[in-house]
Amino acid sequence: MSTATALKTLIDIRDLDLYYGTYHALKKVSMTIPEKAVTAFIGPSGCGKSTLLRTLNRMNDMIIGTRIEGKVEIAGTDIYSNEVDVETLRKKVGMVFQQPNPFPKSIYDNIAYGPRLHGTRSKSQLDEIVEQSLKQAVLWDEVKDYLKRSAFSLSGGQQQRLCIARALAVNPDILLMDEATSALDPISTLKIEELVQELKHRYTIVMVTHNMHQAARVSDQTVFFLNGEVVEFDNTETLFSNPSDKRTEDYITGRFG
Amino acid sequence: MQGNLPQQETTMSFKNKRAHISDKIVPIVLFMCAALSVLTTIGIVYTLFSETFSFFKTVNISEFLFGTKWSPLIEPKSFGILPLLGGTLMVTVIACLVAIPIGLASAIYLSEYAPTRVRKIVKPVLEVLAGIPTIVYGYFALSFVTPLIKSIFPDVGVFNALSAGLVVGIMIIPMVSSLSEDAMMAVPRSLRHGAYALGATRFEVALKIVVPAAFSGIVSSAVLAFSRAIGETMIVTVAAGATPQLTLNPLESIQTMTAYIVQVSMGDTPHGSIEYGTIFAVGMTLFVITFLLNIVAQWVARRFREEY
Repeated sequence: MSTATALKTLIDIRDLDLYYGTYHALKKVSMTIPEKAVTAFIGPSGCGKSTLLRTLNRMNDMIIGTRIEGKVEIAGTDIYSNEVDVETLRKKVGMVFQQPNPFPKSIYDNIAYGPRLHGTRSKSQLDEIVEQSLKQAVLWDEVKDYLKRSAFSLSGGQQQRLCIARALAVNPDILLMDEATSALDPISTLKIEELVQELKHRYTIVMVTHNMHQAARVSDQTVFFLNGEVVEFDNTETLFSNPSDKRTEDYITGRFG
Repeated sequence: MQGNLPQQETTMSFKNKRAHISDKIVPIVLFMCAALSVLTTIGIVYTLFSETFSFFKTVNISEFLFGTKWSPLIEPKSFGILPLLGGTLMVTVIACLVAIPIGLASAIYLSEYAPTRVRKIVKPVLEVLAGIPTIVYGYFALSFVTPLIKSIFPDVGVFNALSAGLVVGIMIIPMVSSLSEDAMMAVPRSLRHGAYALGATRFEVALKIVVPAAFSGIVSSAVLAFSRAIGETMIVTVAAGATPQLTLNPLESIQTMTAYIVQVSMGDTPHGSIEYGTIFAVGMTLFVITFLLNIVAQWVARRFREEY
Protein backbone atom coordinates (compact mmCIF):
# COMPACT_ATOMS: atom_id res chain seq x y z
CA MET A 1 0.00 0.00 0.00
CA SER A 2 3.04 2.25 -0.05
CA THR A 3 2.20 4.24 -3.21
CA ALA A 4 -1.48 4.39 -2.44
CA THR A 5 -0.93 5.99 0.91
CA ALA A 6 1.85 8.30 -0.24
CA LEU A 7 -0.45 10.09 -2.70
CA LYS A 8 -3.23 12.42 -1.66
CA THR A 9 -6.65 10.77 -1.63
CA LEU A 10 -9.23 12.26 -4.00
CA ILE A 11 -12.02 9.72 -3.98
CA ASP A 12 -13.12 8.02 -0.81
CA ILE A 13 -15.65 5.20 -1.03
CA ARG A 14 -17.02 3.81 2.22
CA ASP A 15 -19.31 0.80 2.74
CA LEU A 16 -20.97 1.21 -0.61
CA ASP A 17 -23.86 -1.11 -1.42
CA LEU A 18 -25.60 -0.90 -4.76
CA TYR A 19 -28.72 -2.73 -5.86
CA TYR A 20 -30.27 -3.03 -9.32
CA GLY A 21 -33.79 -3.84 -8.17
CA THR A 22 -33.22 -6.89 -5.99
CA TYR A 23 -29.82 -7.72 -7.45
CA HIS A 24 -27.02 -6.85 -5.05
CA ALA A 25 -24.37 -5.58 -7.47
CA LEU A 26 -21.86 -4.02 -5.06
CA LYS A 27 -21.31 -5.31 -1.53
CA LYS A 28 -19.79 -3.12 1.18
CA VAL A 29 -17.18 -1.66 -1.13
CA SER A 30 -14.60 0.56 0.53
CA MET A 31 -11.49 2.07 -1.03
CA THR A 32 -9.58 5.27 -1.56
CA ILE A 33 -8.44 6.46 -4.95
CA PRO A 34 -5.40 8.76 -5.04
CA GLU A 35 -5.10 11.97 -6.97
CA LYS A 36 -3.14 12.24 -10.25
CA ALA A 37 -2.53 8.53 -10.63
CA VAL A 38 -4.03 5.66 -12.58
CA THR A 39 -6.26 3.24 -10.72
CA ALA A 40 -7.35 0.10 -12.55
CA PHE A 41 -10.39 -2.04 -11.74
CA ILE A 42 -9.97 -5.66 -12.80
CA GLY A 43 -12.07 -8.77 -12.39
CA PRO A 44 -14.23 -11.19 -14.37
CA SER A 45 -17.39 -10.06 -16.23
CA GLY A 46 -20.25 -9.09 -13.95
CA CYS A 47 -18.00 -8.55 -10.93
CA GLY A 48 -19.21 -4.96 -10.45
CA LYS A 49 -16.16 -3.06 -11.67
CA SER A 50 -18.06 -1.07 -14.33
CA THR A 51 -20.91 -0.50 -11.90
CA LEU A 52 -18.56 1.06 -9.40
CA LEU A 53 -17.01 3.21 -12.12
CA ARG A 54 -20.44 4.51 -13.08
CA THR A 55 -21.28 5.43 -9.50
CA LEU A 56 -18.41 7.94 -9.63
CA ASN A 57 -20.20 10.16 -12.19
CA ARG A 58 -23.67 8.94 -11.24
CA MET A 59 -24.40 7.41 -14.63
CA ASN A 60 -26.18 4.65 -12.70
CA ASP A 61 -28.86 7.17 -11.80
CA MET A 62 -30.36 6.63 -15.24
CA ILE A 63 -30.98 2.94 -14.65
CA ILE A 64 -34.41 2.62 -13.07
CA GLY A 65 -34.45 0.68 -9.81
CA THR A 66 -30.88 1.51 -8.79
CA ARG A 67 -30.50 1.99 -5.05
CA ILE A 68 -27.38 3.06 -3.23
CA GLU A 69 -26.30 2.86 0.42
CA GLY A 70 -23.03 4.11 1.83
CA LYS A 71 -20.83 7.00 0.86
CA VAL A 72 -18.91 8.16 -2.20
CA GLU A 73 -16.89 11.26 -1.46
CA ILE A 74 -14.96 13.20 -4.07
CA ALA A 75 -12.66 15.88 -2.66
CA GLY A 76 -14.56 15.69 0.61
CA THR A 77 -18.09 16.07 -0.82
CA ASP A 78 -20.60 13.23 -0.73
CA ILE A 79 -21.66 13.15 -4.39
CA TYR A 80 -24.97 11.48 -3.54
CA SER A 81 -26.05 14.26 -1.17
CA ASN A 82 -28.87 16.58 -2.17
CA GLU A 83 -26.83 19.69 -2.77
CA VAL A 84 -24.76 18.02 -5.48
CA ASP A 85 -25.81 18.97 -9.00
CA VAL A 86 -25.39 15.91 -11.23
CA GLU A 87 -24.53 17.93 -14.35
CA THR A 88 -21.77 19.82 -12.55
CA LEU A 89 -20.47 16.55 -11.12
CA ARG A 90 -20.31 14.99 -14.59
CA LYS A 91 -18.45 18.03 -15.89
CA LYS A 92 -15.81 17.42 -13.24
CA VAL A 93 -15.78 13.64 -13.70
CA GLY A 94 -15.42 12.88 -17.41
CA MET A 95 -16.03 9.50 -18.96
CA VAL A 96 -14.85 7.51 -21.96
CA PHE A 97 -16.89 4.48 -23.01
CA GLN A 98 -16.14 1.01 -24.30
CA GLN A 99 -17.26 1.77 -27.84
CA PRO A 100 -16.07 5.06 -29.30
CA ASN A 101 -19.23 7.20 -29.41
CA PRO A 102 -18.47 10.41 -31.29
CA PHE A 103 -21.50 12.58 -32.04
CA PRO A 104 -22.65 12.67 -35.68
CA LYS A 105 -21.02 16.06 -36.07
CA SER A 106 -17.70 17.45 -37.26
CA ILE A 107 -14.48 16.79 -35.34
CA TYR A 108 -14.51 20.42 -34.20
CA ASP A 109 -18.13 20.33 -33.04
CA ASN A 110 -17.55 17.11 -31.12
CA ILE A 111 -14.90 18.79 -28.99
CA ALA A 112 -16.75 22.10 -28.75
CA TYR A 113 -20.00 20.40 -27.69
CA GLY A 114 -19.15 20.27 -23.99
CA PRO A 115 -17.72 23.80 -23.64
CA ARG A 116 -20.72 25.20 -25.56
CA LEU A 117 -23.04 23.30 -23.25
CA HIS A 118 -21.41 24.94 -20.27
CA GLY A 119 -21.62 28.43 -21.74
CA THR A 120 -18.48 29.10 -23.79
CA ARG A 121 -19.58 31.03 -26.85
CA SER A 122 -16.56 32.94 -28.09
CA LYS A 123 -15.11 31.52 -31.28
CA SER A 124 -11.50 32.21 -30.35
CA GLN A 125 -11.91 30.58 -26.94
CA LEU A 126 -13.52 27.52 -28.53
CA ASP A 127 -10.73 27.31 -31.12
CA GLU A 128 -8.23 27.36 -28.29
CA ILE A 129 -10.05 24.64 -26.32
CA VAL A 130 -10.40 22.43 -29.40
CA GLU A 131 -6.70 22.72 -30.19
CA GLN A 132 -5.57 22.14 -26.59
CA SER A 133 -7.89 19.17 -26.07
CA LEU A 134 -6.85 17.51 -29.32
CA LYS A 135 -3.19 18.09 -28.48
CA GLN A 136 -3.64 16.54 -25.04
CA ALA A 137 -5.26 13.52 -26.66
CA VAL A 138 -2.36 13.36 -29.17
CA LEU A 139 -4.74 13.66 -32.08
CA TRP A 140 -4.08 17.24 -33.18
CA ASP A 141 -1.37 16.50 -35.74
CA GLU A 142 -3.54 13.88 -37.41
CA VAL A 143 -6.69 15.98 -37.70
CA LYS A 144 -5.73 19.66 -37.61
CA ASP A 145 -6.39 20.09 -41.35
CA TYR A 146 -9.71 18.25 -41.26
CA LEU A 147 -11.52 19.76 -38.32
CA LYS A 148 -14.69 20.28 -40.36
CA ARG A 149 -14.85 16.65 -41.42
CA SER A 150 -17.30 14.25 -39.85
CA ALA A 151 -15.98 12.47 -36.78
CA PHE A 152 -16.99 9.23 -38.50
CA SER A 153 -14.27 9.69 -41.09
CA LEU A 154 -11.76 8.80 -38.34
CA SER A 155 -10.55 5.27 -37.57
CA GLY A 156 -11.76 3.50 -34.42
CA GLY A 157 -8.62 4.38 -32.44
CA GLN A 158 -8.76 8.00 -33.58
CA GLN A 159 -12.46 8.14 -32.66
CA GLN A 160 -11.63 6.93 -29.16
CA ARG A 161 -8.91 9.57 -28.78
CA LEU A 162 -11.46 12.10 -30.05
CA CYS A 163 -13.81 10.96 -27.28
CA ILE A 164 -10.99 11.43 -24.77
CA ALA A 165 -10.35 14.91 -26.16
CA ARG A 166 -14.07 15.64 -25.95
CA ALA A 167 -14.08 14.63 -22.29
CA LEU A 168 -10.99 16.77 -21.57
CA ALA A 169 -12.53 19.81 -23.26
CA VAL A 170 -14.78 20.55 -20.28
CA ASN A 171 -11.74 20.58 -18.01
CA PRO A 172 -12.51 17.65 -15.68
CA ASP A 173 -10.42 16.60 -12.67
CA ILE A 174 -11.17 12.92 -13.02
CA LEU A 175 -11.32 10.78 -16.14
CA LEU A 176 -13.21 7.49 -16.04
CA MET A 177 -12.37 4.96 -18.74
CA ASP A 178 -14.79 2.04 -19.08
CA GLU A 179 -12.83 -0.62 -21.00
CA ALA A 180 -11.90 2.15 -23.38
CA THR A 181 -9.56 0.00 -25.48
CA SER A 182 -11.49 -3.26 -25.66
CA ALA A 183 -12.95 -2.42 -29.08
CA LEU A 184 -9.60 -1.31 -30.53
CA ASP A 185 -6.73 -2.99 -32.35
CA PRO A 186 -3.38 -3.51 -30.53
CA ILE A 187 -1.67 -0.47 -32.03
CA SER A 188 -4.52 1.89 -31.18
CA THR A 189 -4.63 0.32 -27.72
CA LEU A 190 -0.94 1.03 -27.23
CA LYS A 191 -1.44 4.66 -28.26
CA ILE A 192 -4.23 5.08 -25.73
CA GLU A 193 -2.10 3.46 -23.02
CA GLU A 194 0.73 5.89 -23.77
CA LEU A 195 -1.77 8.70 -23.69
CA VAL A 196 -3.01 7.60 -20.26
CA GLN A 197 0.59 7.73 -18.99
CA GLU A 198 0.77 11.35 -20.17
CA LEU A 199 -2.62 12.35 -18.84
CA LYS A 200 -2.06 11.07 -15.31
CA HIS A 201 0.20 14.01 -14.59
CA ARG A 202 -2.82 16.29 -14.89
CA TYR A 203 -5.83 14.09 -14.22
CA THR A 204 -6.91 11.39 -11.84
CA ILE A 205 -7.66 8.38 -13.98
CA VAL A 206 -9.84 5.44 -13.06
CA MET A 207 -10.01 2.68 -15.63
CA VAL A 208 -11.92 -0.55 -15.92
CA THR A 209 -10.12 -3.15 -17.94
CA HIS A 210 -10.65 -6.72 -18.96
CA ASN A 211 -7.01 -6.99 -19.77
CA MET A 212 -4.81 -7.76 -16.76
CA HIS A 213 -1.66 -6.99 -18.71
CA GLN A 214 -3.02 -3.55 -19.44
CA ALA A 215 -3.64 -2.95 -15.76
CA ALA A 216 -0.12 -4.12 -15.02
CA ARG A 217 1.38 -1.88 -17.72
CA VAL A 218 -0.58 1.28 -17.13
CA SER A 219 -1.86 1.59 -13.60
CA ASP A 220 -0.35 2.64 -10.31
CA GLN A 221 -3.03 1.02 -8.16
CA THR A 222 -5.12 -2.03 -8.97
CA VAL A 223 -8.38 -3.14 -7.44
CA PHE A 224 -9.51 -6.73 -7.92
CA PHE A 225 -13.26 -7.35 -7.83
CA LEU A 226 -15.16 -10.60 -7.50
CA ASN A 227 -18.94 -11.00 -7.25
CA GLY A 228 -19.51 -7.37 -6.27
CA GLU A 229 -16.85 -7.34 -3.57
CA VAL A 230 -13.39 -5.84 -3.46
CA VAL A 231 -11.04 -8.76 -2.92
CA GLU A 232 -7.81 -6.85 -2.95
CA PHE A 233 -6.63 -3.29 -3.39
CA ASP A 234 -2.95 -2.49 -3.57
CA ASN A 235 -0.36 -0.76 -5.65
CA THR A 236 -0.09 -2.52 -8.96
CA GLU A 237 3.36 -3.97 -8.56
CA THR A 238 2.57 -5.58 -5.22
CA LEU A 239 -0.81 -6.89 -6.34
CA PHE A 240 0.62 -8.61 -9.40
CA SER A 241 3.88 -9.87 -7.90
CA ASN A 242 2.80 -10.70 -4.40
CA PRO A 243 -0.98 -10.91 -4.03
CA SER A 244 -2.14 -11.40 -0.48
CA ASP A 245 -5.41 -13.14 -1.35
CA LYS A 246 -5.55 -16.61 -2.87
CA ARG A 247 -8.41 -15.58 -5.23
CA THR A 248 -6.38 -12.69 -6.61
CA GLU A 249 -3.51 -15.02 -7.29
CA ASP A 250 -5.81 -17.50 -9.04
CA TYR A 251 -7.24 -14.75 -11.23
CA ILE A 252 -4.00 -13.10 -12.25
CA THR A 253 -2.37 -16.42 -13.00
CA GLY A 254 -5.31 -17.25 -15.26
CA ARG A 255 -6.87 -20.04 -13.23
CA PHE A 256 -10.33 -18.49 -13.81
CA GLY A 257 -11.99 -15.43 -15.34
CA MET B 1 -34.22 -54.39 -44.79
CA GLN B 2 -30.49 -54.86 -44.49
CA GLY B 3 -30.37 -56.56 -47.88
CA ASN B 4 -32.11 -53.59 -49.49
CA LEU B 5 -29.61 -51.04 -48.26
CA PRO B 6 -27.14 -51.05 -51.20
CA GLN B 7 -30.03 -50.95 -53.64
CA GLN B 8 -31.44 -47.82 -51.99
CA GLU B 9 -28.19 -46.03 -52.55
CA THR B 10 -28.21 -46.71 -56.28
CA THR B 11 -31.76 -45.39 -56.69
CA MET B 12 -31.05 -42.07 -54.95
CA SER B 13 -33.39 -39.40 -56.20
CA PHE B 14 -32.71 -35.65 -56.22
CA LYS B 15 -36.15 -34.64 -57.37
CA ASN B 16 -38.57 -32.81 -55.16
CA LYS B 17 -41.91 -32.29 -56.85
CA ARG B 18 -43.39 -30.31 -53.98
CA ALA B 19 -40.79 -27.54 -54.12
CA HIS B 20 -40.90 -27.50 -57.90
CA ILE B 21 -44.55 -26.68 -58.26
CA SER B 22 -44.76 -24.10 -55.52
CA ASP B 23 -41.58 -22.35 -56.65
CA LYS B 24 -43.10 -21.89 -60.07
CA ILE B 25 -46.56 -20.76 -59.01
CA VAL B 26 -45.82 -18.59 -55.98
CA PRO B 27 -43.65 -16.03 -57.82
CA ILE B 28 -46.31 -15.69 -60.49
CA VAL B 29 -49.04 -15.01 -57.94
CA LEU B 30 -46.81 -12.57 -56.09
CA PHE B 31 -45.86 -10.83 -59.31
CA MET B 32 -49.50 -10.40 -60.25
CA CYS B 33 -50.22 -8.81 -56.88
CA ALA B 34 -47.35 -6.38 -57.34
CA ALA B 35 -48.33 -5.72 -60.96
CA LEU B 36 -51.89 -4.95 -59.95
CA SER B 37 -50.92 -1.88 -57.92
CA VAL B 38 -48.46 -0.71 -60.56
CA LEU B 39 -51.10 -1.06 -63.29
CA THR B 40 -53.66 0.78 -61.16
CA THR B 41 -51.25 3.64 -60.67
CA ILE B 42 -50.53 3.79 -64.40
CA GLY B 43 -54.27 3.75 -65.10
CA ILE B 44 -54.97 6.58 -62.68
CA VAL B 45 -52.14 8.72 -63.99
CA TYR B 46 -53.24 8.04 -67.59
CA THR B 47 -56.84 9.06 -66.92
CA LEU B 48 -55.68 12.12 -65.01
CA PHE B 49 -53.37 13.20 -67.81
CA SER B 50 -55.74 12.59 -70.70
CA GLU B 51 -58.71 14.31 -69.04
CA THR B 52 -56.54 17.21 -67.93
CA PHE B 53 -55.16 17.50 -71.44
CA SER B 54 -58.61 17.77 -73.00
CA PHE B 55 -59.61 20.28 -70.32
CA PHE B 56 -56.74 22.55 -71.28
CA LYS B 57 -57.90 22.45 -74.90
CA THR B 58 -60.82 24.66 -73.86
CA VAL B 59 -59.33 26.55 -70.93
CA ASN B 60 -56.12 28.52 -71.18
CA ILE B 61 -53.48 27.06 -68.85
CA SER B 62 -52.27 30.46 -67.61
CA GLU B 63 -55.85 31.51 -66.86
CA PHE B 64 -56.15 28.31 -64.81
CA LEU B 65 -52.89 28.79 -62.92
CA PHE B 66 -53.02 32.53 -62.29
CA GLY B 67 -56.74 33.39 -62.38
CA THR B 68 -58.06 34.70 -59.07
CA LYS B 69 -61.70 33.72 -59.54
CA TRP B 70 -63.08 30.19 -59.45
CA SER B 71 -66.68 29.74 -60.57
CA PRO B 72 -66.83 26.89 -63.06
CA LEU B 73 -70.42 26.00 -62.25
CA ILE B 74 -72.11 29.40 -62.44
CA GLU B 75 -72.15 31.89 -65.32
CA PRO B 76 -69.99 33.82 -66.05
CA LYS B 77 -67.66 30.88 -65.73
CA SER B 78 -64.05 31.40 -64.69
CA PHE B 79 -61.34 28.89 -64.00
CA GLY B 80 -58.66 30.48 -61.82
CA ILE B 81 -57.41 27.86 -59.36
CA LEU B 82 -55.74 30.33 -56.96
CA PRO B 83 -58.76 30.60 -54.60
CA LEU B 84 -58.86 26.80 -54.22
CA LEU B 85 -55.10 26.64 -53.87
CA GLY B 86 -55.19 29.46 -51.32
CA GLY B 87 -57.93 27.68 -49.34
CA THR B 88 -55.98 24.44 -49.36
CA LEU B 89 -52.76 26.14 -48.30
CA MET B 90 -54.46 28.04 -45.50
CA VAL B 91 -55.96 24.89 -44.00
CA THR B 92 -52.67 23.04 -44.47
CA VAL B 93 -50.57 25.74 -42.87
CA ILE B 94 -52.91 25.98 -39.86
CA ALA B 95 -52.87 22.20 -39.58
CA CYS B 96 -49.06 22.08 -39.66
CA LEU B 97 -48.78 24.90 -37.12
CA VAL B 98 -50.80 22.68 -34.80
CA ALA B 99 -49.40 19.27 -35.68
CA ILE B 100 -45.66 19.82 -36.06
CA PRO B 101 -44.94 21.51 -32.69
CA ILE B 102 -47.33 19.31 -30.72
CA GLY B 103 -46.31 16.14 -32.57
CA LEU B 104 -42.62 16.88 -32.12
CA ALA B 105 -43.06 17.75 -28.46
CA SER B 106 -44.91 14.53 -27.77
CA ALA B 107 -42.28 12.58 -29.69
CA ILE B 108 -39.55 14.13 -27.54
CA TYR B 109 -41.56 13.36 -24.42
CA LEU B 110 -42.16 9.75 -25.44
CA SER B 111 -38.60 8.99 -26.50
CA GLU B 112 -36.63 10.99 -23.91
CA TYR B 113 -38.74 11.47 -20.80
CA ALA B 114 -41.59 9.00 -20.56
CA PRO B 115 -41.09 5.95 -18.35
CA THR B 116 -41.71 2.70 -20.22
CA ARG B 117 -45.04 2.29 -18.45
CA VAL B 118 -46.36 5.65 -19.68
CA ARG B 119 -45.07 5.06 -23.20
CA LYS B 120 -46.88 1.74 -23.33
CA ILE B 121 -50.18 3.53 -22.65
CA VAL B 122 -49.70 6.77 -24.58
CA LYS B 123 -48.45 5.28 -27.85
CA PRO B 124 -51.47 3.07 -28.55
CA VAL B 125 -53.81 5.93 -27.58
CA LEU B 126 -52.09 8.19 -30.10
CA GLU B 127 -52.45 5.48 -32.70
CA VAL B 128 -56.18 5.20 -31.97
CA LEU B 129 -56.35 8.92 -32.78
CA ALA B 130 -54.97 8.04 -36.20
CA GLY B 131 -57.65 5.42 -36.69
CA ILE B 132 -60.68 7.68 -36.20
CA PRO B 133 -62.61 8.08 -39.50
CA THR B 134 -62.08 11.55 -40.93
CA ILE B 135 -65.82 12.15 -41.22
CA VAL B 136 -65.98 11.96 -37.41
CA TYR B 137 -63.25 14.58 -37.24
CA GLY B 138 -65.31 16.68 -39.66
CA TYR B 139 -68.33 16.69 -37.37
CA PHE B 140 -66.06 17.27 -34.39
CA ALA B 141 -64.84 20.42 -36.15
CA LEU B 142 -68.33 21.57 -37.06
CA SER B 143 -70.10 20.82 -33.78
CA PHE B 144 -67.37 21.38 -31.22
CA VAL B 145 -64.44 23.43 -32.50
CA THR B 146 -66.46 25.97 -34.48
CA PRO B 147 -68.71 26.88 -31.50
CA LEU B 148 -65.54 27.17 -29.41
CA ILE B 149 -64.06 29.62 -31.93
CA LYS B 150 -67.40 31.44 -32.02
CA SER B 151 -67.17 32.07 -28.30
CA ILE B 152 -63.89 33.94 -28.90
CA PHE B 153 -64.68 35.52 -32.31
CA PRO B 154 -68.48 35.97 -32.32
CA ASP B 155 -68.78 36.92 -35.99
CA VAL B 156 -67.17 33.73 -37.33
CA GLY B 157 -69.26 31.78 -39.84
CA VAL B 158 -70.54 28.23 -39.45
CA PHE B 159 -67.97 27.16 -42.03
CA ASN B 160 -64.45 28.51 -41.67
CA ALA B 161 -60.87 27.59 -42.47
CA LEU B 162 -59.63 27.90 -38.89
CA SER B 163 -61.83 25.18 -37.44
CA ALA B 164 -61.07 22.78 -40.29
CA GLY B 165 -57.34 23.57 -40.10
CA LEU B 166 -57.16 22.99 -36.35
CA VAL B 167 -58.91 19.65 -36.62
CA VAL B 168 -56.84 18.50 -39.60
CA GLY B 169 -53.87 19.41 -37.41
CA ILE B 170 -55.16 17.25 -34.55
CA MET B 171 -55.72 14.43 -36.98
CA ILE B 172 -52.11 14.43 -38.22
CA ILE B 173 -50.45 14.82 -34.78
CA PRO B 174 -50.11 11.02 -34.37
CA MET B 175 -48.40 10.80 -37.73
CA VAL B 176 -45.81 13.45 -36.85
CA SER B 177 -45.24 12.13 -33.34
CA SER B 178 -45.10 8.47 -34.26
CA LEU B 179 -42.67 8.91 -37.17
CA SER B 180 -40.52 11.41 -35.29
CA GLU B 181 -40.42 9.18 -32.24
CA ASP B 182 -39.30 6.23 -34.35
CA ALA B 183 -36.50 8.40 -35.73
CA MET B 184 -35.47 9.51 -32.23
CA MET B 185 -35.61 6.02 -30.75
CA ALA B 186 -33.27 4.91 -33.54
CA VAL B 187 -30.58 7.28 -32.23
CA PRO B 188 -28.11 5.03 -30.37
CA ARG B 189 -28.12 5.17 -26.57
CA SER B 190 -24.34 5.54 -26.63
CA LEU B 191 -24.71 9.05 -28.10
CA ARG B 192 -27.01 10.05 -25.28
CA HIS B 193 -24.61 8.60 -22.72
CA GLY B 194 -21.74 10.52 -24.30
CA ALA B 195 -23.64 13.76 -23.85
CA TYR B 196 -24.83 12.95 -20.32
CA ALA B 197 -21.24 12.18 -19.36
CA LEU B 198 -20.28 15.71 -20.44
CA GLY B 199 -22.81 17.16 -18.03
CA ALA B 200 -25.76 17.70 -20.38
CA THR B 201 -29.26 17.85 -18.94
CA ARG B 202 -32.07 15.70 -20.32
CA PHE B 203 -33.42 18.64 -22.28
CA GLU B 204 -30.00 19.47 -23.74
CA VAL B 205 -29.52 15.86 -24.77
CA ALA B 206 -32.94 15.83 -26.44
CA LEU B 207 -32.49 19.14 -28.22
CA LYS B 208 -28.81 19.11 -29.15
CA ILE B 209 -28.08 15.43 -29.66
CA VAL B 210 -31.25 13.47 -30.34
CA VAL B 211 -33.18 15.95 -32.49
CA PRO B 212 -30.19 16.79 -34.75
CA ALA B 213 -29.32 13.11 -35.11
CA ALA B 214 -32.93 12.27 -35.96
CA PHE B 215 -33.43 15.40 -38.07
CA SER B 216 -33.89 13.73 -41.43
CA GLY B 217 -36.61 11.49 -40.01
CA ILE B 218 -38.28 14.44 -38.32
CA VAL B 219 -38.30 16.51 -41.51
CA SER B 220 -39.68 13.58 -43.49
CA SER B 221 -42.48 13.23 -40.96
CA ALA B 222 -43.26 16.94 -41.24
CA VAL B 223 -43.35 16.85 -45.05
CA LEU B 224 -45.51 13.73 -45.00
CA ALA B 225 -47.86 15.46 -42.57
CA PHE B 226 -47.97 18.45 -44.91
CA SER B 227 -48.96 16.34 -47.90
CA ARG B 228 -51.47 14.43 -45.80
CA ALA B 229 -53.06 17.77 -44.82
CA ILE B 230 -53.15 18.95 -48.43
CA GLY B 231 -54.93 15.78 -49.49
CA GLU B 232 -57.36 15.72 -46.57
CA THR B 233 -60.91 15.76 -47.90
CA MET B 234 -63.67 14.93 -45.47
CA ILE B 235 -62.89 17.38 -42.70
CA VAL B 236 -62.62 20.33 -45.08
CA THR B 237 -65.72 19.32 -47.00
CA VAL B 238 -67.75 19.25 -43.82
CA ALA B 239 -66.25 22.18 -41.91
CA ALA B 240 -64.42 24.62 -44.18
CA GLY B 241 -67.26 25.57 -46.50
CA ALA B 242 -67.82 25.70 -50.25
CA THR B 243 -66.96 29.30 -51.01
CA PRO B 244 -63.87 29.51 -53.20
CA GLN B 245 -62.31 32.84 -52.36
CA LEU B 246 -58.85 34.28 -52.13
CA THR B 247 -58.49 35.44 -48.54
CA LEU B 248 -56.01 35.48 -45.71
CA ASN B 249 -58.66 35.56 -43.02
CA PRO B 250 -58.97 32.08 -41.48
CA LEU B 251 -62.35 32.96 -39.98
CA GLU B 252 -63.98 33.05 -43.41
CA SER B 253 -65.53 30.22 -45.31
CA ILE B 254 -63.28 28.93 -48.10
CA GLN B 255 -63.11 25.93 -50.38
CA THR B 256 -60.17 23.58 -50.80
CA MET B 257 -59.25 21.66 -53.94
CA THR B 258 -60.36 18.36 -52.43
CA ALA B 259 -63.67 19.77 -51.22
CA TYR B 260 -64.34 21.12 -54.71
CA ILE B 261 -63.74 17.71 -56.24
CA VAL B 262 -66.23 16.20 -53.80
CA GLN B 263 -68.77 18.89 -54.61
CA VAL B 264 -68.60 18.22 -58.34
CA SER B 265 -68.38 14.44 -58.05
CA MET B 266 -71.56 14.33 -56.01
CA GLY B 267 -73.52 16.64 -58.29
CA ASP B 268 -75.08 15.74 -61.65
CA THR B 269 -72.32 17.13 -63.83
CA PRO B 270 -72.54 15.50 -67.27
CA HIS B 271 -69.60 13.33 -68.32
CA GLY B 272 -67.34 15.09 -70.79
CA SER B 273 -68.51 18.62 -69.99
CA ILE B 274 -66.13 21.40 -69.06
CA GLU B 275 -67.31 21.29 -65.43
CA TYR B 276 -66.49 17.60 -65.39
CA GLY B 277 -63.03 18.39 -66.77
CA THR B 278 -62.29 20.79 -63.92
CA ILE B 279 -62.07 18.01 -61.33
CA PHE B 280 -59.32 16.35 -63.32
CA ALA B 281 -57.42 19.60 -63.69
CA VAL B 282 -57.76 20.24 -59.96
CA GLY B 283 -56.87 16.62 -59.20
CA MET B 284 -53.82 16.96 -61.43
CA THR B 285 -52.75 20.06 -59.51
CA LEU B 286 -53.04 18.16 -56.23
CA PHE B 287 -51.12 15.25 -57.69
CA VAL B 288 -48.27 17.50 -58.88
CA ILE B 289 -48.04 19.23 -55.50
CA THR B 290 -47.88 16.03 -53.46
CA PHE B 291 -45.47 14.53 -55.97
CA LEU B 292 -43.13 17.52 -55.64
CA LEU B 293 -43.42 17.37 -51.85
CA ASN B 294 -42.37 13.74 -51.86
CA ILE B 295 -39.31 14.63 -53.89
CA VAL B 296 -38.52 17.48 -51.48
CA ALA B 297 -38.93 15.10 -48.53
CA GLN B 298 -36.50 12.62 -50.03
CA TRP B 299 -34.00 15.33 -50.85
CA VAL B 300 -34.22 16.78 -47.35
CA ALA B 301 -33.85 13.36 -45.76
CA ARG B 302 -30.65 12.79 -47.74
CA ARG B 303 -29.30 16.29 -47.30
CA PHE B 304 -29.67 16.37 -43.51
CA ARG B 305 -28.77 12.77 -42.77
CA GLU B 306 -26.46 12.57 -39.78
CA GLU B 307 -24.89 9.16 -39.81
CA TYR B 308 -24.33 7.23 -36.66
